[in-house]
Amino acid sequence: MKKRFWRILAGAAVFLAALLIHDRNNVWVQPIFFLISYLIIAGDVLIKAFRNILNGQIFDENFLMGIASLGAFCIRQYPEGVAVMLFYQVGELFQSYAVNKSRKSIADLMDIRPDYANVQRGAELVRMDPDEVKIGDLIVIKAGEKVPLDGTVQEGSSMIDTSALTGESLPREVEVGDDILSGCININGVLTVEVKKEFGESTVSKILDLVENASGKKSKSEQFITKFARYYTPIVVALAVMLAILPPLLIKGANFGSWIYRALSFLVVSCPCALVISIPLSFFGGIGGASRRGILVKGGNYLEALAQTEIVVFDKTGTLTKGIFNVQEIQPQGMAKEMLLELAAYAESYSNHPISSSLKRAYGKTIHNERITGVEEIPGQGVLATVDGKKIIAGNVKLMNEKQISYFSGELIGTVVHIAVDDRYAGYILIADEVKEDAAQAIQALKKNGIQKIIMLTGDSKNVGAKIAKELGIDEVYAELLPVDKVNKLEELFAKKSSKGKLAFVGDGINDAPVLARADIGIAMGGLGSDAAIEAADVVIMTDEPSKIATAIKISKKTLKIVYQNISMAISVKVIVLILSALGIATMWAAIFADVGVMILAVLNSFRALNMRNL
Amino acid sequence: MKKTYKLEGLDCANCAAKIERAVNGLDGVTAATVNFMTAKLVIEAEEEKMAAIAAVAEKIVKKIEPDVILKKA
Repeated sequence: MKKRFWRILAGAAVFLAALLIHDRNNVWVQPIFFLISYLIIAGDVLIKAFRNILNGQIFDENFLMGIASLGAFCIRQYPEGVAVMLFYQVGELFQSYAVNKSRKSIADLMDIRPDYANVQRGAELVRMDPDEVKIGDLIVIKAGEKVPLDGTVQEGSSMIDTSALTGESLPREVEVGDDILSGCININGVLTVEVKKEFGESTVSKILDLVENASGKKSKSEQFITKFARYYTPIVVALAVMLAILPPLLIKGANFGSWIYRALSFLVVSCPCALVISIPLSFFGGIGGASRRGILVKGGNYLEALAQTEIVVFDKTGTLTKGIFNVQEIQPQGMAKEMLLELAAYAESYSNHPISSSLKRAYGKTIHNERITGVEEIPGQGVLATVDGKKIIAGNVKLMNEKQISYFSGELIGTVVHIAVDDRYAGYILIADEVKEDAAQAIQALKKNGIQKIIMLTGDSKNVGAKIAKELGIDEVYAELLPVDKVNKLEELFAKKSSKGKLAFVGDGINDAPVLARADIGIAMGGLGSDAAIEAADVVIMTDEPSKIATAIKISKKTLKIVYQNISMAISVKVIVLILSALGIATMWAAIFADVGVMILAVLNSFRALNMRNL
Repeated sequence: MKKTYKLEGLDCANCAAKIERAVNGLDGVTAATVNFMTAKLVIEAEEEKMAAIAAVAEKIVKKIEPDVILKKA
């Protein structure tokens, strides 16, 4: 590329000299200078054009530019002839510079590939390629190093920077027993980690693979433009031929040279490069910009579809709510709150049910097993236990009815554990899933970004669903759905959108793979560390924040705006120049600048897609 | 089966589209995509025809863009 640059610069210098020469005595000096500069600049293009003709590739850009410039020489428009090639070459150089730069900036952005792993071998640390490390090996990660493979911390504690994976700038703390993901950076402590996954299966490999292959799934605009390019060039060339031949034959007194000049201008604008290059460049930038924000988009087609989203369907648990059940309310009767919680936690301490773990978590102290004598679990109802010699009944309404204990019967939203001590009602504890901090803001942001309908599906009871929907401003709720019902419901919802609009489904990616697949765009939340989610979805939000969905839509809209700007600018400028050239108003110079200028503008514009930080 | 190749030196987006179209037209190819930005050619084809297809693909690349080298990725 450097060599090419200097050659073009040298050619340009000779060209400039040729323009300045005025020798009235010898009319051949100036044309000879033009010819020399032309050969310096255009040599390789002409050789390529010739070689491609031998290969049966006729309508390629080298050939078109060759004909346009040689034609200009034939009708003695020497400066134009050289300029066609000069600016074509400048354009090519710029294009290849821009592509390299963009490829490199994405590579930098995704610079999360670890180079080595420190593997413990006896007392020694051996530096190894992460690819060669096996499951069960112990690796040591020092401060400042990248975590090379997924694993579990065995020794040490530290702060880790997950921003490369999640876009989250706040460091996270890890301790012994915590899972740690490859691609994070260890900030301060020394960690010994037991490897749980091979490199190829580790988070970092999966993400890199995904982002690299994402632009392979082409968007509709890219398909349109390659199709357009396929017909554009032959049509313009055909028009150029007609323009050169027909008017001089049909119009009396028409000047052959002036029509050929117009036809050559056509050839100059016949290259589709400006259009074709700027589209993948923009999508590549958009996908890269999104991944920097912790949003993985699996293809240009999905990035494009996001902007057309009309309906967003949420599966409640794990997307809008945390999916972790917590004690929300303790309502004792005739005893202290702490006492009621303690009795409930003890009574339920032998159970593995999520309800009992949330009780134990809320209690927060160690359970002394010797205080419990005799436990009986009644599936679907609750527990009978003896704690400190007292007979405890803890369970739902059914259990209370069966034991003929009168209980608080007002409306409660969530799961309720009623408790009786020695057959007397002692109060209830309300347990519910918690709404995520940014859930309400996420719904707001979606509405602001043109989403017409926000719908929530849940397996939970109707009153829980209705309460959360009201709290968050969700338009419609469908509750008490079994996993199978969710796919059917989605089918019904498709009828509510316009034919062009898209339906996005947001799930936690754990057991909603069929629904994710059925939606136009399947979005999985909390993808970090969940292979299933990464596998099943089209868009993966690496963090747990539902507000990132609106961010993804904004990124999509910005990318598409750039793409449409480029398409409309390039096509309209070319068409205008074609018309003006045909009429003899535009000169060949105008055609040259239209062609190269539009390409440079389009490429510069597409670079904006890389910057998605402020959305 | 699916195979990925690297197109070294690919810097013309229109040529990428031409290569993609030509490889897609080959007998036995179910799908072929050229990713211009990552300069990769992915061919999905019947297993027994893969070797022959790869050889033809190499010729196609040479024909459309003589400066580009097809490499195994």
